[in-house]
Amino acid sequence: MSSVGIVSYGTYIPKFRIKAEEIAKVWGEDADSIKSGLGVLQKSVPDLDEDTATISVEASREAIKRAKIDPKKIGAIFVGSESHPYAVKPTATIVGDAIGCGNFFHAADYEFACKAGTAGIQTCIAMVKSGMIEYGLAIGADTSQSAPGDPLEYSASAGGTAFIIGKSPIAEVEATLSFTSDTPDFWRREGQPYPSHGGRFTGTPAYFRHVYTAGEKIMRENGYKPEDFDYAVFHQPNGKFPVRVARMLGFRSEQIEQGLVVRKVGNTYSGSSVLGFSAILDVAKPGDKILLVSFGSGAGSDAFIFDITDRIEEFEREPKVWDKINRGVEVDYSVYLKLRRKIKMK
Amino acid sequence: MEKVAIIGVGQSEFGELWDKGFREIVLKAGIEAIEDAGLEGKEIEAMYIGNMSGGRYLAQEHISALIADYSGLAELGTPSTRIEGADASGGLALRQAYLAVASGIHDIVIAAGAEKVTDVASEMTTDIMASSADREWEGFVGATIPALFALMAKLHFERYGTTSEDLAMVSVKNHKNGVLNPKAQFRREIRVEDVLNSPLVAEPLHLLDCAPLSDGASAVILANEKIAREYTDNPVFIRACTQASDYLAVQNRRDITTMESVRKASSLAYRMAKISPEDVDVVEIHDSFTIAEIMAYEDLGFVEKGKGAELIREGITELTGPLPVNPSGGLKACGHAIGATGIRQAVEITLQLRGMAGKRQVDCETGLSLNIGGTGATAVVTVYGVR
Amino acid sequence: MLPRFWRKIKYRYDIVGTVCETCGSKYYPPRNFCPICRRKSKMKEVNFGDKGEVVSYTVVHDTPEEYRMMKPYIVALIKLDGGPTITSQVVCDESEIHIGMRVKKAFRKYFEDGEDGIIYYGTKFVPES
Repeated sequence: MSSVGIVSYGTYIPKFRIKAEEIAKVWGEDADSIKSGLGVLQKSVPDLDEDTATISVEASREAIKRAKIDPKKIGAIFVGSESHPYAVKPTATIVGDAIGCGNFFHAADYEFACKAGTAGIQTCIAMVKSGMIEYGLAIGADTSQSAPGDPLEYSASAGGTAFIIGKSPIAEVEATLSFTSDTPDFWRREGQPYPSHGGRFTGTPAYFRHVYTAGEKIMRENGYKPEDFDYAVFHQPNGKFPVRVARMLGFRSEQIEQGLVVRKVGNTYSGSSVLGFSAILDVAKPGDKILLVSFGSGAGSDAFIFDITDRIEEFEREPKVWDKINRGVEVDYSVYLKLRRKIKMK
Repeated sequence: MEKVAIIGVGQSEFGELWDKGFREIVLKAGIEAIEDAGLEGKEIEAMYIGNMSGGRYLAQEHISALIADYSGLAELGTPSTRIEGADASGGLALRQAYLAVASGIHDIVIAAGAEKVTDVASEMTTDIMASSADREWEGFVGATIPALFALMAKLHFERYGTTSEDLAMVSVKNHKNGVLNPKAQFRREIRVEDVLNSPLVAEPLHLLDCAPLSDGASAVILANEKIAREYTDNPVFIRACTQASDYLAVQNRRDITTMESVRKASSLAYRMAKISPEDVDVVEIHDSFTIAEIMAYEDLGFVEKGKGAELIREGITELTGPLPVNPSGGLKACGHAIGATGIRQAVEITLQLRGMAGKRQVDCETGLSLNIGGTGATAVVTVYGVR
Repeated sequence: MLPRFWRKIKYRYDIVGTVCETCGSKYYPPRNFCPICRRKSKMKEVNFGDKGEVVSYTVVHDTPEEYRMMKPYIVALIKLDGGPTITSQVVCDESEIHIGMRVKKAFRKYFEDGEDGIIYYGTKFVPES
């Protein structure tokens, strides 16, 4: 069977940023201890006219342009998000019409907290491998919510990544697996505007258990050790967890640095680990091996081993993720409240 | 073709007429016109009424029947027709009335225009006006009517050096004239600074660059020359009444600093009236926005393209200047009662040519009015003369 | 208004218009009849591409109800590199916008039918660089 993997990728990060200092000032907290404790210096903020659908479309358009493929060859679209604009009515259909992929395509929205994006990638891999479709579009995008004053407010941000999955990839999927359990670490009930979480419970039994187990297992099953990887990227709910789990698994900081985008952009939820992964693809060379482990509360992790192919040399990778991250426009807390529609209007 | 004359004029107050309904306002203008003509009323053979949006302002369609009913014309079975062309509705009603008499089908008819806008909230008013542009491709993207005129203004500035001060001077002039008009909505002078300091509506247009939307009605009685001579010693003749169209959406126009509809309608009007722009003594221009008056100076042929602002800078169009424009105060000071405006302009020119315009009287024998719909997709030009 | 929006989704989400194969005239929004060739018109759908130049613009301060949150916003006429001129919003700082500015398309939200109604998406423009 010819190799299947990532044929193209595109990213989108809204231009506004809010700094941790600005949020801390409002809630009477110490910015320095937040920044060192959370490892997040600033986060992206969507404009009033941006949402998961617009972010998904922009990221997808970049991916299609870079792939130089006819969008009509895309046979499936999955949009993973926990902030779909509609509770009922798919985001994927909006994306489909906006990118002009015709009407004969499979579409569905995924929700699995922060790993709905990688869930879509796995589904697309299966559909391409089975011969059901030629190309699949898997998107992870969010304009994540956080209650004012909640620690989440420092990290919950906006952004998205779109992957085109198909044959003759730039990054071949060598292996993938998932580890899933019913773990109530973070949730949002139907009709509630903001998510709730279990505080420190989100750590050991949730994030670390799932990410570690999935990462450890995929390496063991495929006969790899951490030093066999050029890069590793883990879900980034804050700047601390991915660094710690990398250390637990035996990775050195140089292996994760390129993909550690959370400090400057926040947690883009369904776009989080895949945005870091995209930052790695921006600089990866043929022969590089990459470990990606996502995490979604509730809870589960999808792990992937990717091998970069020669095709990446011909592949258009500008503008790079880090350029987009560093190109922000700062807003203050009151503008942030308006942009995030946290001001009750008549 | 019969020669057509205006033998009676009437106008309600323009403004926020809280205590008057649509029916009362129309009736007031109509009765005034009938009395002015010295008619009994039953001589009227047909009625044409310009009204932009009774359907949305009042949730009342079939305006023609409503007015026929309340004016007593339904009792006689007199035909009544409502005509819609956004804020050119009045001008179109005048033209239909003119054609009916000119053709010889009717001898004596009434053309009226009316709008009642204050029964709905002001946001709704803005929304209804937006329907005079392309709702699907302009309104949808937030291109309000002021925004579309602002696009024209901005390019006029860039290309021809017109400035915000020039636009402000148009408003200042029209307000100055409005003081002298007892029926004007705003009868107070303003200064250039007032315009420039008023809130921005759509940059570069300030609030005082925009005509208000008002309640109001106006009416004129038209008759053929023979009948006109029986009723009046000073008939005012309609020497031409022309109409032209342009693309509805501004984006499709050849050049947004030119209103092709105005150029086409006016050149035809001059030809039909056998006059040239220099022969015009007094003008009523559709200054829904100040930039529209500047552009109209050019498109009506009073000055070459791009030099419209010179007329206002040099005082040419002042009441005391060689070409007085909007002696009534224009839409800006008189008020813009949408469907009534085109007829109100005819009322003003008639009063001027009769020499009955009071303190705002100018020396004139030939007059012209320009009524446009929306952003200029419809233009009606009427030339009036004492002979 | 739902069907009215739905019918034109294709043309709003991307810059798809029509070209008359008889005379070559290009139209956005699409027309099914060429105003120049009239009955001889032969219309074909075409995508007018991603970029264009600002012909004129305004910053709208007095907004319709549905745009209250966006106040002020920029409306511009943009001459598309692909031919026709489009009326659209430009998302950028007021100090940036100018006649002749190069812009590229962006998929954005225009407005919503309240909190429980549908969301109207469409094409806006952002600075090219």
